[in-house]
Amino acid sequence: MKKLMFAMAGVASLAAVSTASAGTLEDVRERGHLNCIVNTGLTGFAAPDDAGNWTGFDVEFCRAVAAAVLGDASKVEFITATGKTRFTKLAAAEGEILSRNTTWTFSRDVDLAQTFIGVNYYDGQAFMVPASLGVSSASELDGASVCIQTGTTTELNLAEYFSSNGMSYEPVPIETNAEARESYLAGRCDVYTTDGSGLAATRATFDNPDAHVILPEVISKEPLGPVVREGDDNWADIVSWTLKAMMAGEELGITSANAASLASKLNDNPEINRLLGVDPLQGAEQAGLSSDWALNILSQVGNYQESFERNLTPLGLSRGMNALARDGGLHYIPPIK
Amino acid sequence: MSDTQKYAPGSHPDLPPPPGTIGVIGWLRANLFSDITNTVMTLLSLYFLYWFLNASMSWFLLDAVVNANSRAECREMADGACWAVITKRIGQFIYGFYPVDERWRPNLAFVGLFIAVLPLLYPKTPFRRHMLWFSAAYPVIAYYLLCGGIFGLTEVGTNTFGGFMLTMIVGVTGIAASLPLGIALSLGRQSRLLSVRVISIAFIEFMRGVPLITLLFVASTMLNYFLPPGTTFNLLLRVLIMVTFFAAAYIAEVIRGGIQAIPKGQYEAAQALGLNYWQTTRLITLPQALKISIPGIVNTFIGLYKDTTLVVVIGLLDPLGIGRAALADAKWNGLSTETYMFVALFFFVSCFAMSRYSLWLEKRLSTEHK
Repeated sequence: MKKLMFAMAGVASLAAVSTASAGTLEDVRERGHLNCIVNTGLTGFAAPDDAGNWTGFDVEFCRAVAAAVLGDASKVEFITATGKTRFTKLAAAEGEILSRNTTWTFSRDVDLAQTFIGVNYYDGQAFMVPASLGVSSASELDGASVCIQTGTTTELNLAEYFSSNGMSYEPVPIETNAEARESYLAGRCDVYTTDGSGLAATRATFDNPDAHVILPEVISKEPLGPVVREGDDNWADIVSWTLKAMMAGEELGITSANAASLASKLNDNPEINRLLGVDPLQGAEQAGLSSDWALNILSQVGNYQESFERNLTPLGLSRGMNALARDGGLHYIPPIK
Repeated sequence: MSDTQKYAPGSHPDLPPPPGTIGVIGWLRANLFSDITNTVMTLLSLYFLYWFLNASMSWFLLDAVVNANSRAECREMADGACWAVITKRIGQFIYGFYPVDERWRPNLAFVGLFIAVLPLLYPKTPFRRHMLWFSAAYPVIAYYLLCGGIFGLTEVGTNTFGGFMLTMIVGVTGIAASLPLGIALSLGRQSRLLSVRVISIAFIEFMRGVPLITLLFVASTMLNYFLPPGTTFNLLLRVLIMVTFFAAAYIAEVIRGGIQAIPKGQYEAAQALGLNYWQTTRLITLPQALKISIPGIVNTFIGLYKDTTLVVVIGLLDPLGIGRAALADAKWNGLSTETYMFVALFFFVSCFAMSRYSLWLEKRLSTEHK
């Protein structure tokens, strides 16, 4: 019994109850690090490397926000969340940002009292089939057996796509991407369907990737982006403009290599001067940002292109929809003025 | 007939058994080759064993790669298992994301755990009385050792806990805390006080009637809606409480079975001796009930220990979660067999040890007339 009481004392002291104060930015600065909610493991977007450091496209966005508000991209603690727990973790203030390839939908934005601050990756559901099947379009998949992750929006998209095209299919339910990979390679299903990025990433790990094709049809819209809690507009602005600053960096040709040298002189392009703090940027101070906020992002993490090429290009993903608007993609950045 | 030796009755010396009925050959003949069916089965089994070991050993050991930097490198070197994913990430599998410089702390806590449980599990431990004090203080020591914050120890957030360390924390805390709680519940269920009985029954039936995974979701998501806004309440703690409650309900029922198996004469004898309720419970009921319940209790503990892997669904990175995260690294994509095998081995070793201990305990406490 005594042991139990000691255990309870220990447990009680573990129950550190903290209460949030005025603004998210002040909370983060006072704590000294950012809490960022990420995926428990998704190739290219969030995964720990061998040394235990989190890497990936979504992870680097967290680091960019830390660089902007704390001046140090390494001051992030990562909270892992599954698809089911992510929104409550954000709502319960376990993190300030949810950067976990979350699809922007009406209900999630409006009903769940959270704010999507932009899109950092445009994705869409696609199909992968063995090349030996001789299929070149998803419309030829009538009667196929399809590996599908249960309990996801992809399941619904699949059902809708096949019924609207008057086709039938045989679902092969699977739980994780790793399981899907094994099932698909073992021939338990003809087709594997999930987000295009996931398909490309999975295919890249096959022993013979060329023996499999990703069909051209994209059957759903999956705009993935970081999310913050509703109610702190200043914080939403900061997170939103962190993403825009990374994209502006690509547009203006600012990279992690040249950011410092560009910031040390007066450039011909006034937008570069304003972004890097050479010229004052109206409003940055009111938002609580230092004049070198974007310089910290771009010098410590890099611009959007660098992040993309570090994490997603090796998986065989091309820019496609995720190119800047000037290159024919969907990322259009408001002016930095 | 002249060479026939004669013995007086009872004086014939013992002769050795005929060769072929003793030793290795005798055993083989009696057990493996006693008749045609048996011989055929033996040969078939031998062939199957050879075939199985030949195939699996080359995959497990002979063609396996333990040192490589990616799956592709493994595949270049050999066709067998790519254990490099384990060896490169062994730190993560053990400690999760616990800071590398501070890993001596979980190590020390692990050693301390053995020192703390030794006097509890093994009654012949030297200086047992003194060591029990350490056992009683151990939960507090372990908590401060792991989380830090005093004596100049760096504070480490519980969100960095993971891997086998997390399994041990959840499993050991759940086991240690659920036993006393379970005993209390089982006694409460049989109490003559209506309120105590009703509360115990309601608690047990609710906890047993809901899957653990539901309770974990309640812990990780629902609680946030009930608590005042802005309050955070350590996730690991919430999980520990839920796991403990869940296991306690099962333990309570196991022990109730033990209590009901005690012959009524025992209670009547206790009453005749003038023992009150607490004396009866402490001296008569529990010692017998717990002994009867050992297999059931250990069964529940093993189940609880393995159930700790369910925390992966709420985003805690136990060994299974760490394994999945490793598989999400582009370098190691597709090595699920190796990862899951390794995790399975860990759980098998832990659970087998627990089961052996319970057998030993049963034997030691066996006073029954058989």
